[in-house]
Amino acid sequence: MAEITYREALKRALREEMQRDPTVVIWGEDVVAYAGGGAYGVTSGLAKEFPGRVRDTPIAEEAIIGVGIGAAMGGLRPVCEIMTVNFTLVAWDQIVNHAAKQSHMFNGQIKVPMVIRTPNGHGRTAATHSQNFDAWFAHIPGLKVVAPATPYDAKGLLKTSIRDDDPVVFLEHLQLYGTRGEVPDEEYLIPIGVSDYKRRGKDLTIVTWGRMTMESLKAARILAEEGVDAEIVDLRTLRPLDLSLAFESVHKTNRAIVVEEGWRTAGLGAEIAASLQEQAFNDLDAPIARVAGLEVPMPYAKNLERATLPFAEDVVAAVRAMMQKQY
Amino acid sequence: MATQITMPQMGFDMTEGTIAAWLKKEGDVVNKGEPIAEIETDKTTIQVESFSSGVLRKIIAQVGQKVPVGEVIGIIADPDEQVEAPQPSASAASPAQPSVPKVNGAAQPAAPAPAAAQPPAPPVVNEGRIIATPVARRLAEERGIDLRYVKGTGPEGRITKADVEAFVPPARLAPEPEPIGKPVGSPILKEPEPTPRPAPAVEPALQPAVVPAVAPATKQPLTRMRQTIATRMVASKQQVPHFYITVSVEMDVALALRAQINESLKPEGIKISVNDMVIRAVALALRRFPNMNASFTPEGLEQHDHVHVGSAVTVEGGLVTVTVRDTDTKTLKQISQEMTALVERARNNKMQPGDIGGQTFTISNLGMYDVENFIAIVNQPDAGILAVATATPTPVVRNGEVVVRTIMRMTLSGDHRVTDGAEGAQFINEVKRLLENPWSLVL
Repeated sequence: MAEITYREALKRALREEMQRDPTVVIWGEDVVAYAGGGAYGVTSGLAKEFPGRVRDTPIAEEAIIGVGIGAAMGGLRPVCEIMTVNFTLVAWDQIVNHAAKQSHMFNGQIKVPMVIRTPNGHGRTAATHSQNFDAWFAHIPGLKVVAPATPYDAKGLLKTSIRDDDPVVFLEHLQLYGTRGEVPDEEYLIPIGVSDYKRRGKDLTIVTWGRMTMESLKAARILAEEGVDAEIVDLRTLRPLDLSLAFESVHKTNRAIVVEEGWRTAGLGAEIAASLQEQAFNDLDAPIARVAGLEVPMPYAKNLERATLPFAEDVVAAVRAMMQKQY
Repeated sequence: MATQITMPQMGFDMTEGTIAAWLKKEGDVVNKGEPIAEIETDKTTIQVESFSSGVLRKIIAQVGQKVPVGEVIGIIADPDEQVEAPQPSASAASPAQPSVPKVNGAAQPAAPAPAAAQPPAPPVVNEGRIIATPVARRLAEERGIDLRYVKGTGPEGRITKADVEAFVPPARLAPEPEPIGKPVGSPILKEPEPTPRPAPAVEPALQPAVVPAVAPATKQPLTRMRQTIATRMVASKQQVPHFYITVSVEMDVALALRAQINESLKPEGIKISVNDMVIRAVALALRRFPNMNASFTPEGLEQHDHVHVGSAVTVEGGLVTVTVRDTDTKTLKQISQEMTALVERARNNKMQPGDIGGQTFTISNLGMYDVENFIAIVNQPDAGILAVATATPTPVVRNGEVVVRTIMRMTLSGDHRVTDGAEGAQFINEVKRLLENPWSLVL
């Protein structure tokens, strides 16, 4: 099994699905021209391999999504790339009021089988370009929302997303594109709406997804040296939200920490914590703790950016407090 | 004149006892020698007898209270005499509750015991609304534990899962006569609701052949005795480097002599057992090997100036070591009579001070269970323990011929901190020699 980057895993998924299904097309800003394919290189080379099926669009996100919805309704399976999640803001009417609604408003007679690929995250990109909208998309009925943490999950979930008949918001992450992980050469699919244990442990449960899965794994390695055995549940899909493993895990560990990168207030962590107390109340031995980003527009200064975002050490600190009953 | 009744010491290692029951009420007339209270120790329940006659004027230690040895538990005086209760010590004021210390210094005054002895009420450590985590509540519900008695160690005294798991309800005490019909639950352990039997899912005709049901797994709470045995055995195995030496003893002569002795003792109703002979042999051997009659202490090896041979006795729920004091000065007959009385009291839970503990060496005899050989765990602070197996006809070689002899195997477990293999071998061979030449036991 080869170790490849998250970026490469995504490209392989796109290639395999384009080979498999001639209705799969890729549209987005600079997906052909820039640096050989997309602002982050995910689509590089695909335009040559699949002539006419990978197209650059104007800088008009509402148009990209709108055209994608129409094409999906008409029989294609478009993968629309929005350069960063921040630019989806101008396309929100299309995403929320059209993509998410068509099937429901027309009794399922219309399907919108499209994928909106876009990266969350940060990287010295300042306040308007360093946001995380996991919770926003996960809030919308009619959408499916996927946020893979590893190259393996990214490939398997992107392939499933392309084959799905509902609009899928596929949330990548700027800080994950260069990460590496093992990906089998043979084809595989990962179902949407199925969470995954990324680490087994017995002392407490970390429920997380995306970049924070990787930070939580780092935290777990530090904690293991201190004798604390953390279990990590990677949600992988944010809508529909599969908390079955989280419940199962908390039943064993009796302690839960929800780790998210986005803002805390009305974040997805709040929803997860609420569900845990509703359905696993009698398993809890401590209040559910939350680790989240600070609620400020992202500063540009590097040190301040780092101070704003949660990292492994923040997870470690929260776990230590919980294990020492300082909650 | 007022007489103070104090917590007796039963065995050298007893530091405190729990009032299991008062057999007299305040105001009752008490005669000298009459049992007035039952005391529960780590190992057994004993009766306290009055040393004077009068009226039980004051019960100071209530049922369930744990009282240090020597503390006053009650006062006997003339009916009209002025009596003043001494201030009980801090520990005497705290009812029996090993795992539930007082919380936040708010000592709960012990509720006065009703006239009839009840199971002990442990201290309520949580008044009013109980702060407990959800899983702690669920666990307590499952185990029938009343959270009012569980001390919380979480933030703001919150009761956590670990607190419930660590909670040990006080040992149940001697049962009192109960009203017929309705069982009386201990105040800490709630009576479980009877679970309705689920209807069979399969029609009887379709059911497979009846397979005897395996009894469901259960978890019995540890009795005081079980806890003590567990603690002591683990401590011994962890602290004492054991070594083992096994010998075979030819018992034919000893058994023949025993038959003769017992025949002659028949009118007195006394029967010498093999174990009595082993006790006597060990006691005599210990005189010759003072280092086997010793204890390891960090300050040095303590050789005892007396030989007290203990014997492990099976009682309900475990075992105790009864001790024949100054064993080396006693005849076989005395040892036999004493052992009979000790075993009887041990099995009936009527131990007296001095019956158990204080031994300098221990014998564990499983001869009645048909065992070939076994190995015992040193009973600290002894330097050794002798495990005695069943005497059984065995082919052996004597003068180049295979003959049948009654062979009894014995295994010495020695504390290697105190003694070594060579000394242990000489010691056990001396025991063997005495048993194979049993006249030395009666001379």
